[in-house]
Amino acid sequence: MTIEPTGEAPETPLPVHHPRRSDIDPRAAKRAERQVGFLFLGSGLASIGFIVAFVATPIDESMYIPFFGDVNASNLLLGLLMGLSLFLIGAAAIHWAKKLMPDVEIVDQRKAEASTQEARDELLDSYVTGIDQTGVKRRPFILGSMFGALALVGLPAIVLLRDLGPLPGNVLRTTMWTSGMRILVAETNQPIRPEDLTVGTLISAVPEGLKEVMEEEGNLNELAKSAVMLIRMDPSEIVSDQTPPDAELPWTYQGILCFSKICTHVGCPLGLYEQLTHHMLCPCHQSTFDLANSGNVIFGPAARSLPQLAITVDDDGYLVAQEGFTEPVGPSFWERG
Amino acid sequence: MTFLLARRRSRWATPVLLMFALAIVGVAYAAIAAQNASADAPRAASSTQIDEGRKLFLEGCSSCHGLNAEGGYQADGSVAGPSLIGAGAASVDFQVSTGRMPLANPGAQAVRKKSIYTPEETAALAAYIASLGPGPAIPTEEQYSTTGITPEEMALGGALFRANCASCHGFSGKGGALTDGKYAPSLTNTDPRHIYSAMLTGPQNMPVFPDSSLRTDDKRAIIAYIETIREQPNNGGIDLGRLGPVTEGLLLFTLGLGALIAVAVWIGVKAK
Repeated sequence: MTIEPTGEAPETPLPVHHPRRSDIDPRAAKRAERQVGFLFLGSGLASIGFIVAFVATPIDESMYIPFFGDVNASNLLLGLLMGLSLFLIGAAAIHWAKKLMPDVEIVDQRKAEASTQEARDELLDSYVTGIDQTGVKRRPFILGSMFGALALVGLPAIVLLRDLGPLPGNVLRTTMWTSGMRILVAETNQPIRPEDLTVGTLISAVPEGLKEVMEEEGNLNELAKSAVMLIRMDPSEIVSDQTPPDAELPWTYQGILCFSKICTHVGCPLGLYEQLTHHMLCPCHQSTFDLANSGNVIFGPAARSLPQLAITVDDDGYLVAQEGFTEPVGPSFWERG
Repeated sequence: MTFLLARRRSRWATPVLLMFALAIVGVAYAAIAAQNASADAPRAASSTQIDEGRKLFLEGCSSCHGLNAEGGYQADGSVAGPSLIGAGAASVDFQVSTGRMPLANPGAQAVRKKSIYTPEETAALAAYIASLGPGPAIPTEEQYSTTGITPEEMALGGALFRANCASCHGFSGKGGALTDGKYAPSLTNTDPRHIYSAMLTGPQNMPVFPDSSLRTDDKRAIIAYIETIREQPNNGGIDLGRLGPVTEGLLLFTLGLGALIAVAVWIGVKAK
C-alpha cells in the first residue's frame, strides 16, 4: 500500500523519502507485525500477572534483591507488573506507528482561522439585540445596584486577611530568659555547674521553667526562641565575645559561652560544632559562625552574629543567665531594623 | 578477543559497555562501603602493661605526639600531634581500636580503618596514656550496655540524640559532611563502646559530652536509640544511605531522566 503526498507542493522541497525495510520487504513487515503483537501480548500477560500478584502475595512478605536489599514483595511485583503492562502498550503503539503505519511526508495546508463574515455579523447583531432586550438602558436602577453588589462581594475576602493577625507585638523581640534564671540541659532538665563542662564540650540547653511555659502556652514557641547551647573552650582561644565595654561582668564565664541555638538566617536549630576550629554550622544552609570570635558569621547566608547570652553562676554554683538576650534571637524580621 | 572486536561497532556495544561500567562502579562502592570492624578490648592496667604501652608508644606514636606524649610540632610550627597527657584511656581505646590512629597520612580527618594493634596492645597503650595524667577511663560494659532499657528511656535518648547529635550525624545516624573535607561518620556499624567513648572524649572535631553533662544513663539511652534506628525495617529496598533529597534527586536525575530521554529518542528516531 502506498499513499501519495497530498496538498499543494511546499515552498521548500521535502527531503527525499526513503522507504523503510518493512515497506519493501514483506518478511520485514511480517516480523514487525509479530513484534507489535508480542508487545501487546506481553502487556496483557503483565496485567494478568498484576492480578495474580495482588491475590497471591501477602502484603508483609519481603524478598531479597541483590544490591537493593530486602524489598516488600507485593509492592515490588505490583509496581513492576503494572509498569510493564502500561509501558508495553505504549511501546507496541509506537513500534506499530514507526514500522508499519505510513511514514510518507504530507503537506497539510493550514485552514483560515476567522469565521465567515456572515457569521460574524450575526453574532454582533444578536449581542446588540440581547443588550436591548435586558432593558438596562431603560432601567438604570438594576444596573447600578448590580455593580454595587459585585463590588461588595469581594470585601469579605479582604476582611478575612485580618485573621493573619494579630500583630506579634513584642513576642519576636523577647525570650523568657531573665536575670538569675538557671540553664538546664535540654531534655533531661538537670542544672549545670561550670565544672560539669570540660573544654570542648557542647550541650543543648534551655531555661529553667520552660516546660511549664510551653504547657501554659500549649505550643513550642518558647522553645523555638529560648533554646541555647553551652560551649566551653580554653579561655586563651577566645578571641572576643559580645560583652559590651560598660558591662559589670564579662558575658563569658571561665571559657563557657552561651549562644542562641537559633540560626539568624531563617531560624534552623544550630548544632554542627567543630570543637577544634570553634566553628558552628547550621545544618540547613551552612551558615557558619565563629564562636571563639563573638559568634560572627564567617560563611553562608546568615547576616547577623549569633546572639550571646550573658551567664554567670548563682550562689549554689549553678550556671545562670545574667540577664535576658539583649537583642532579638533568630531570623531577621521587617520591623527589626 | 575477536568475538569482542567483531562486535564493537554493534549498536548494542555502547549500552552494554555503559551497563558494564555502572556495574563495576556499583560493586566497587559496595565493597568499600561495607568495610567495618568491631572490636573488643580487655581492660585493667598493670605496671608491666604500662611499660609495654610505653614501648609501643615510642615505636608507633612518638614521632607525632612527642617522646613523652607532650605533643609534637612540625618544622613550620603547626601541630603534628596534640599532647596526650590527660587524654585518658577512653581516647586511646577509641582512636586505636577503630584504626583512626596511627594516621595513615595527614588529612582533613583520621579515617576508620582496620586497627594495626591487637586488643592487648591497645589496652597497653591506653594504660600508658592513662598513667600520664587523669582522663576519661574506657567505658565499662555496664555503662554502654543497652539491655533493660525502657521505652521511656529510649524516647529520651531519641530526644537527646536530636538535640545534640542529629545536626552532624543526621536523624538516622548515617553521618554527614562538615567543612573542608571533615565529616561526621555514620553510626550504622559503630560499636556501643566506641559511641560511648566518642561522646566522652570528643575525638577530633566532635564536641565533648562528659558524664556530667550527659549522664551515663542518658548516654545509654542515646546508644539504645541509635541501635533501634539501625533496626528499623526498610521495605523500600535500596535506601541510598538515607542521605536525603540530594542522593534521591541525583538518582532520579541520572537514571529516571536518562530512561525518559532514551525513550524519547527512540520515539523520535525514524524507522529504517
